[in-house]
Amino acid sequence: MSADPKRQGTFASILRIYPWAKPAMPRIYLGMVSALIAAIVALLIPQVLRALVDGPLQRGDASQIWWPVAAVLGLGVLEAVMIWFRRWFVLQPGTRVESDMRNSLYKQLQDLPVSFHDRWASGQLLSRAVSDLNLIRRWISFGIVLLVVNVITILIGFVFLLSINWILGIIFVVCSIPLWIYGYLFEQKYSVVARRSQDQAGDLATAVEESVHGIRVLKAFGRGQHALKNFASQAEDLRGTEIEKAKAIAGIWLWLLLVPDVTFGLSLLGGVWLAAGGQLTAGQLVAFFATATVLRFPVESIGFLLSMTFDTRTAADRFFEVMDAPNAIIDPEDPTTIAKPEGRLVFEDVHFRYQDSPAQYDDLLDGIDLELEPGETMAIVGLTGSGKSTLTALTTRLYDVTGGSIKLDGVDVRDLTRVELRRHIAMAFEDATLFSASVRDNVLLGRPDASDADLAEALEIAQADFVYQLPDGLDTRVGEEGMSLSGGQRQRLALARAVAANPEVLVLDDPLSALDVDTEAMVEAALRRVLASTTAMIVAHRPSTVMLADRVALLEGGRITAVGRHSDLLASSDHYRFVISSLEDEEKREHREALLEQEEQGADA
Amino acid sequence: MSVLGVEGEERDDFTRRESKQIRDRSLRLLNSLLRPLWARVTLTIVVVVVSTAAQVAGPALIAYGLDTGLPALIKQDWMPLAFAVFAYLFTGIVGAALIAWYTVLTARISQAILIDLRKRVFLHTQKLSLEFHESYTSGRIIARQTSDLDSIRELLDSGINQLVQGGLYMAFIAVALFSIDFWSGVVLFGSLVPLGFLLRWFQVRSQKAFRATRTTSARLIVHFVETMTGIRAVKAFRKEKRNETEFGGLVEDYRLANMRTIKLFGVLDPGLVLIGNVALGVVLLVGGLRVAGGGLAVGVLLAALLYTRSFFAPAQEMAMFYNSYQSAAAALEKISGVLEERPSVPDPTRPIDLWQAKGSVTFEGVEFAYTPDRVILPSFDLEFPAGQTIALVGSTGAGKSTLAKLISRFYDPSDGVVSLDGVDLRRLHPKDLRRAIVMVTQEAYLFSGSVGDNIALGKPEATIEEIVAAAKAVGAHEFIEGLPDGYDTDVNKRGGRVSAGQRQLISFARAFLADPVVLILDEATASLDIPSERLVQEGLLTLLADRTAIIIAHRLSTVAIADRVLVMEHGRIVEDGTPRDLIAGTGRFSKLHAAWRESLV
Repeated sequence: MSADPKRQGTFASILRIYPWAKPAMPRIYLGMVSALIAAIVALLIPQVLRALVDGPLQRGDASQIWWPVAAVLGLGVLEAVMIWFRRWFVLQPGTRVESDMRNSLYKQLQDLPVSFHDRWASGQLLSRAVSDLNLIRRWISFGIVLLVVNVITILIGFVFLLSINWILGIIFVVCSIPLWIYGYLFEQKYSVVARRSQDQAGDLATAVEESVHGIRVLKAFGRGQHALKNFASQAEDLRGTEIEKAKAIAGIWLWLLLVPDVTFGLSLLGGVWLAAGGQLTAGQLVAFFATATVLRFPVESIGFLLSMTFDTRTAADRFFEVMDAPNAIIDPEDPTTIAKPEGRLVFEDVHFRYQDSPAQYDDLLDGIDLELEPGETMAIVGLTGSGKSTLTALTTRLYDVTGGSIKLDGVDVRDLTRVELRRHIAMAFEDATLFSASVRDNVLLGRPDASDADLAEALEIAQADFVYQLPDGLDTRVGEEGMSLSGGQRQRLALARAVAANPEVLVLDDPLSALDVDTEAMVEAALRRVLASTTAMIVAHRPSTVMLADRVALLEGGRITAVGRHSDLLASSDHYRFVISSLEDEEKREHREALLEQEEQGADA
Repeated sequence: MSVLGVEGEERDDFTRRESKQIRDRSLRLLNSLLRPLWARVTLTIVVVVVSTAAQVAGPALIAYGLDTGLPALIKQDWMPLAFAVFAYLFTGIVGAALIAWYTVLTARISQAILIDLRKRVFLHTQKLSLEFHESYTSGRIIARQTSDLDSIRELLDSGINQLVQGGLYMAFIAVALFSIDFWSGVVLFGSLVPLGFLLRWFQVRSQKAFRATRTTSARLIVHFVETMTGIRAVKAFRKEKRNETEFGGLVEDYRLANMRTIKLFGVLDPGLVLIGNVALGVVLLVGGLRVAGGGLAVGVLLAALLYTRSFFAPAQEMAMFYNSYQSAAAALEKISGVLEERPSVPDPTRPIDLWQAKGSVTFEGVEFAYTPDRVILPSFDLEFPAGQTIALVGSTGAGKSTLAKLISRFYDPSDGVVSLDGVDLRRLHPKDLRRAIVMVTQEAYLFSGSVGDNIALGKPEATIEEIVAAAKAVGAHEFIEGLPDGYDTDVNKRGGRVSAGQRQLISFARAFLADPVVLILDEATASLDIPSERLVQEGLLTLLADRTAIIIAHRLSTVAIADRVLVMEHGRIVEDGTPRDLIAGTGRFSKLHAAWRESLV
């Protein structure tokens, strides 16, 4: 179909949606049959006219008119009924295919690893899930049915025309050839523009999304106009593409209207000439034009249906870009389970690099060896950007290691199902995401069946008792669609969520960064109770957080360069002192000076 | 209940008056969108009128060819036939060419409207206050800008085509039919009665149905966006299965809503065909009887039949127009609702310029409350002299961030006046306000684009040297240099991943570049590691020397560089003094400080 061998043909592309369309096919076929019958019925009406004109009308016999008129009426009613049937047949399957595809897409997106989502803006995903699938639905229940039926109708119409008079028929057929050629050329031109327009629309959606999510920054700097300028230029690009698209459509419209009109004109010439020569009856001429008129709309609709088909092909391609995205982080074929989880977490020569990281860069994690004993709390300390958060993300396979292995109770995390793994290990992220749901649902995200007592305990540990003061207490909706909470409040809920999951291993990524000192101290005191019996890995920036840990691991240059107790590391490691204590040293000095000063003042007084 | 703005957006049970109110509002919007385009619209209308007239001439010319051309040709007179054929070809070519032109013209109009609407919505959502954004979700705004605009585009692209062309076509055909055969015209006229009833039925039923599709699709979008942006938490807490059920439910709601609208078409479409075909039969009967009686030429009967058949052909497209019209109208209702929202922090109507701000901030009798019974900050007076560095301390929820948001005018006070150099912030020109006062928050949002672009957001006209200088000043230069393409690294692509701490450094650089006289730092160092924080603090010492600064920090280390400390509790300022005095005292701050000191060990 196309000059580019790598590109699939339009129908081959669209055919890939067959698995979703399959259950709907019988009804779609029935719909096509109904549509076809309707079309044939419409084509039969001119034949009745022909008999009428050449028979009773020719003879001037008014009494014979009733039967043909009744036949026309009957056929007319039948056509309407058949159209009703077509609609009725394809109604449900079209919407089902759409919703099934939408659910599949959503499922696939939830299954795809975080690295996929890092690359794809959610605006692009959204335009696939909504507009593209809408288009596919309309094509299935309308486009393809009418395309097939109209093409068949045109072919049958040709036969009728030829049977009325072969010369006129041939004029009609020959004249329509340019249409088919143009239709083919149209595909080449149009599909490229259609794709560009859909992609640009996705980019525009992304721009909108960023402008809303980043609204605080834009407001703080008064950069609304600036953002508008960028957005407007993207919108202008889209406008350009859309105009280009309209020009392509205008081109095919021109031909689709021009060709039948020229054909009608030539047929008029030929028809009258033939009739004058006595080779054609008045009835045949009437039937010819009536048939040709019935065919006009199927012919004209081809252009619209073709552009719809090409749009659908692009939509299908975009859908499959997501569906075909490779997913390396999947459940093992033969998963192991951990019968008696203890929470021993071992990193063995773990390597990791982001797959799009340039070749000249070393692995971000370059051979991590670390052991967390059951019940032990390990703090991970390192500079910003040293890979601490990445290391925590590896434990629950948000990313997979690119070398080495992570073992939970002796089992490689890749040998467990993701569900089991994430039941054993719960995480709290630094940027706490709350969903539009009640406080209760948000906290019990990892263990929906937990009791109210568990919930209360988790909230208490995270010092999140502020939730009881919310308008509807635990049932208050929070998250995007609910009450907005402060950063510290969100962080405490995220912490409560991780605690409530009651896992063997807790992974906390700088979980207290947004808390004030008082609250932090209280959270720490409560958290100690949990940490006494739970293995924990805590990313820490502050000495206060480090104090929660039994041991500290220092991450430097992609490796763990030191492991030990806080005080030992302070004594033995320069880098550790640099990372964790430089500020405090100064403060202690200042503090001492302040005390001295106070004493002096006291002495003075 | 009110339907003002976005209120009542989720409802579908409007009273007659509310419906009218909403409709009027969308019409006003539509009108304002069309007004600047009137010249183009007029041209387009002329083009479509001429082209439709040309198309409609066809059957009459065929009748002429049959009834006049044929007898003439038998008498060897080619002229009438030649005239008919040439006229037919001419009208055909002109009609087709004009339709093609018309297609491009309407695309230009529709794109002009869309871009206007897009920009308006975009700008307006930017203008709306944070209060609005906190309750109206980002997903819903995205739905407004994507799926709602899509349906308006569809209306403009094909719907208007269908209406104008179809409507004109039907009108012209009616005129042509009356002029060639009066009685056929009467029959056609009679068929308008059931047609009217059918369309009215459809209109009433579909309005509700289409509103429902818009509401259900918006819910779907909100859930979808939330899942994709929170994918890490979804995965970590195994929410996939539950999400699938939830999302599946929303998909099903949307499907059912969609199906209800399609079902209406399932009646409308065959109904139209039925009316058309019955009319055809009656025209045939009425005409046939007269042809048989010799009162009517066969050619005229043929033309009448062709016209009747063609008359109803666009009716189906007109129904499609209803389809797109209804969904676009519903979309326009929602968009006009968003545009109707008045910013609770409006731009001043007669702004006061403040070219050279000094940076003194004054609160006079300021009170802040969300609702009268939810007072966050009870009435207070406060003055920050220019150049002072103020630390705000207190537990979460004490009102520190609210105070900061009042200074940066994210909110307006419910009572009293916040002023900069004696000028009420509400009257200060927005450009001067934003140049003078900048707030850096804990959530350091990065926009897609390069790291350099993100820093330059603080000062769009900045040179690369200025950008680098700003990055150096806050200690971000080193890590940026280490990125694959340095300052040109795309933050979303190829190794451009930056950690939370690095994001904060970038947003610091952004603020540094903006160079405001009043700088507000709301938990802006929370994610930094200690060495970075120290660098930032060193930077701050110079950065803050000649400007007013309000620092909110849990880490009391930051307080050390402050000239003055305010301790807040339940919305009130309970202590106010130099750090030294407060530490020496016995108040809350000295206790806090002691506790923090212990935590350092």
